[in-house]
Parts: sequence; structure tokens; C-alpha cells
Amino acid sequence: MSGPDALRVEGLWKSFGDLEVLRGLDLRMAEHEIVCVIGSSGSGKSTLLRCINLTEPIDAGRIVVGDEEITAAGVDVDRIRRRIGIVFQAYNLFPHMSVLDNITLAPRRVLKQPLADAKDRATTLLERFGLAEKRNDFPDRLSGGQQQRVAIVRALAMDPDLLLLDEVTSALDPELVGEVLTVIRDLAHQGMTMLIATHEMAFARDIATRVAFVDGGRVLEEDVPQRIFRQPSEPRTREFLERIIEAGRL
Amino acid sequence: MSGPLPASAGIAGDGPAGPPRPRRHGRASRGSLVIAAVSTAVFFGALALVVVNAPGWERVQARFLDWEEFFASAPRIVARFEVNVRLFLIAEALILALGLLLAVMRSLPGPVLFPLRLLATIYVDLFRALPGLLVIYVLGLGIPGLRLPGVPNDPFFWGVVALTLLYSAYVSEVYRAGIDSVHPSQTAAARSLGLTQLQALRHVVLPQAVRRVIPPLLNDFIGLQKDTVLVTFIGVVEIFRQSQIRQQATFNYTPLLVTALVFLLVTIPLARLTDWLVSRERDRRDAGTVQASSARSRRGRLLGAFDRRKGT
Repeated sequence: MSGPDALRVEGLWKSFGDLEVLRGLDLRMAEHEIVCVIGSSGSGKSTLLRCINLTEPIDAGRIVVGDEEITAAGVDVDRIRRRIGIVFQAYNLFPHMSVLDNITLAPRRVLKQPLADAKDRATTLLERFGLAEKRNDFPDRLSGGQQQRVAIVRALAMDPDLLLLDEVTSALDPELVGEVLTVIRDLAHQGMTMLIATHEMAFARDIATRVAFVDGGRVLEEDVPQRIFRQPSEPRTREFLERIIEAGRL
Repeated sequence: MSGPLPASAGIAGDGPAGPPRPRRHGRASRGSLVIAAVSTAVFFGALALVVVNAPGWERVQARFLDWEEFFASAPRIVARFEVNVRLFLIAEALILALGLLLAVMRSLPGPVLFPLRLLATIYVDLFRALPGLLVIYVLGLGIPGLRLPGVPNDPFFWGVVALTLLYSAYVSEVYRAGIDSVHPSQTAAARSLGLTQLQALRHVVLPQAVRRVIPPLLNDFIGLQKDTVLVTFIGVVEIFRQSQIRQQATFNYTPLLVTALVFLLVTIPLARLTDWLVSRERDRRDAGTVQASSARSRRGRLLGAFDRRKGT
């Protein structure tokens, strides 16, 4: 991998009470890379993303984004979060705001963009993802897939250096998954750096520049998708993938 | 991910959303309407018979239900209600602001802000624990009694202060329940976009919280409306005082009936409005649920799981 690291996670430890979720996890990403994190439920995928977004304080280790250590003491958390977008499994749109207001809130309040500019930018993004006619609707008028696409647009409106996607299709009805994946593919073509926790193995195989298999709180194996899905070197990875195939998800 | 999630996706999301929910009101059959009417008539008829045949009925009728006195006393008494209305409006505005401030103070996170939380908690505990009349007495009679220069001794002023202190404690708890009812994932989403804790509170949490607590707030204001008569005890001449003055002059209690009627006329519509808002809110939530149920129940489970400290 050439170029500067977009993200570097070193020896990340995180536990909740007695439960050690992350146990010295290491991960590196170059700019424009798309890394898919796979692993069974409870393996720490979401926790990893939440730590990178500084939603969860970490116990030990370092996280570096670009050339800044974001886990250093005294770092302005809100400033870091502006650079790192995250999209949640449950969309978490603001139900009392229209689609447009959902998207323009942070650019206006955090980046201090004038209302007209923020609206223009939001409208452009909505148009790009086929949501322009929904801009004045409230979230409860939208399908799950539309809500999730709006949530992605909301994160993009902050122009993040890195986008974290936390199982963004897991809450969707099967027929709505495709439209969200299409958006993510589109972002991939635009060169967006993305770290994606996902259960959509076919999608991961398709889109990822690298796939990281997380097990026991660490990255047990990482490789280009062709290799990790065809000939995983770790028995645990093989086991996991076999279960996935049995469940008909690959 | 193993079984549960995809399986429930199929069940919750597809097809008709189960049997239609029964409506809560306005669906009585003709038969039950008749039964209700008859039983009401029998009950109140019997009650009226008991009252009218009571040994002291003649005397009570003369003292409490004197129509001549009723119309003679009504104009001045009703005009005095203006004092209660003024008291109510000023106090209500202050209560809404102070209550919100207290609720926000109690919701602030972090160890640094502990003193603020402590202060707000003590305040709320104190004024919820004290009988209202006592607070009105102490403030309305005690503070002017100090004869401090520059401190007003107008009983109306102290009536407003006392009611504001008392009711803001209650109202802050209502607000706080509203704030707590907004799911933490909303704050998480706002913070993840770079909003500060206060911005998240101001733009994301409070607008949702306030909307949800409007019915219980109105409920408290029905109480406040009635409690405006308590300031009569520190010398404010308001509607109750006015009817008492008349009653003491004529030895007839009918003026009190006038006062009671005024409160009924003002309070009952407010109570109906509150009920209507509650049921509208509920209907709206139900309507939203049909569409978003699958996502929402899963969101609940997801975050519940997270709260129990299981990383995914």
C-alpha cells in the first residue's frame, strides 16, 4: 500500500466491564481504500467503528487519522468527528426534521455554512442519490432504504475524510438492501475512504480493496477479498465463512 | 450474523401488520349507549333524590343556590378573575422557562457539572416537598416583613414568585421525563456529526422532548390555574377573595358557586384539549409504527444489546 495512511489503529483495547471486546487490534488503511470488516456477532466490529468515531473512550492503544492522533489527550472531540462520518445500522435520522434539515443541521451549526449554501449542497447530494423529491419529507414518510440513504447523505454533507459504515444494511428489508449498496458503490467510485462493518459478504467481495476478519477482539486475518474468500489461511476464518455459506449469504 | 436478525426481518417487515388495533374510543355500539344513558340517569337521579330529601336541604338551597344573589354578585366576581388570569399568565411563562432550565441542568453530563446537577436536584426536591400554601405564606408574608429596602412588598409579586418556584419544580420533572424519553442514539447521531453536547441538546433532543411532554405540561397548568386562588391568603384580592368578601357581607354562599363555575368553564376545555392532544399523539405514533416498526424494534434491540455492553 502506497500513499499516506488514512487511518492507523494500533494496539486498540476496549472492554465493557469484564468483557474485553477489543484486545490489541491493529488496522491500517490507505487513502481511497475500502476496508470491509467481517466477523461474527460480538466480535467487536461495531465497537471498533465507535472507537474510531470517538463515541467510545478506548482503554489502550492509538488511533491516528491522517497525521493526527485522535486518541491523544486534550484533542477536541467535536473537531475530529467532523472529519469522520459514521452511518449507523438504525439510520438515527432526526424524526422532527425534514430530510433537508437533517442534512443541513451539522453543516450550518458546526461548519457555520450559510443556510442557502448548506441547502444547495444538500440538494446536490440528494439529487445525486435520487432523493431530491424527498427533501421536504419527514423521515417517517420514507422507506428504510431511503432513510439509510439520507443518513449517508447526512454524513457526506460534512465532507468527511473517512466514512465509517456500521452494518448499514442489517436493519433493512431484503428488497431495500440493493439501493443502499448502490450508493456505497457510487461512493467507492468517487474514491471515498471507507471502513465498512458488514454481513453482506457478496458485497464485501465486490467492493472491498481489503477484507479484515475480526475474531477475539483482533484482526485475525486480512487480505484482498479474492484470497480471503477463496483460500483463507486461518482455520477460524474458514469456519466463519463456512457458516456464512451455509446460511446462504455468500 | 446468526439466525434472529434476518428471520425477524421477514416477519416484521413484510405483509399486513397483523390484526388491526382496536380503536380506543368512539366505537360504542347502540346497545351499550342505551345502557350507559339509563345507568347514568338512574345514578344521578338517585343522588339528586337523596340530596333534595336531606333534612337540611331547604337551608342549603337558600344559602348556596340563591339565583338572585347569583346574578347580583356575578359581575364583580367574574371581573376579579382578571387578577387570576394575569397571575396565571405571568407565572406560566416564568415556570416554562425556569422548569426547562432546571431540567437541562439536571441532564448535563460529566463530573465537572456535578454542582449544577446537585443544585437543581436540591431545588426540585425542596419545592416538591413543601406544601404550596406554606411557601406562599412564607414568601408573601415573611419577606415583605423584613422591610428590606428595594424589595417589593406587593403580595401579587410574591404570589407570582411562590407559584413559579413551586410549579417549576414539577414542570422540570416533566421536561426531564421528556428528555430521557429521547433515545440516546439521537444524541449519538448528533454528536457523530460534530455537534457539541449543548448543540445536540438544543437542536435534536429538546425539540423532540418538548413535543412529547406538551400534554403533561398542560395538565400541570390546569393545576396552576386552580392554585392561583391560594394567593388569596397573602392578601391578593382575586376571584376567590372577591366572592368571600361578598359572602361575608350578605351571609350567602352563592358567590362561591359563581367562582366554582368560572373555574369549571376555564378548566374543563383545557382538560379536553389535553386529552385530545394525548390521543392525537398516540394515533400519530401508531401510524408511524406501522411503517417503521421493523426498523424500530430492531433498533431497540440493537441498542439494548449495546447498552448491555456487547460489542457487535
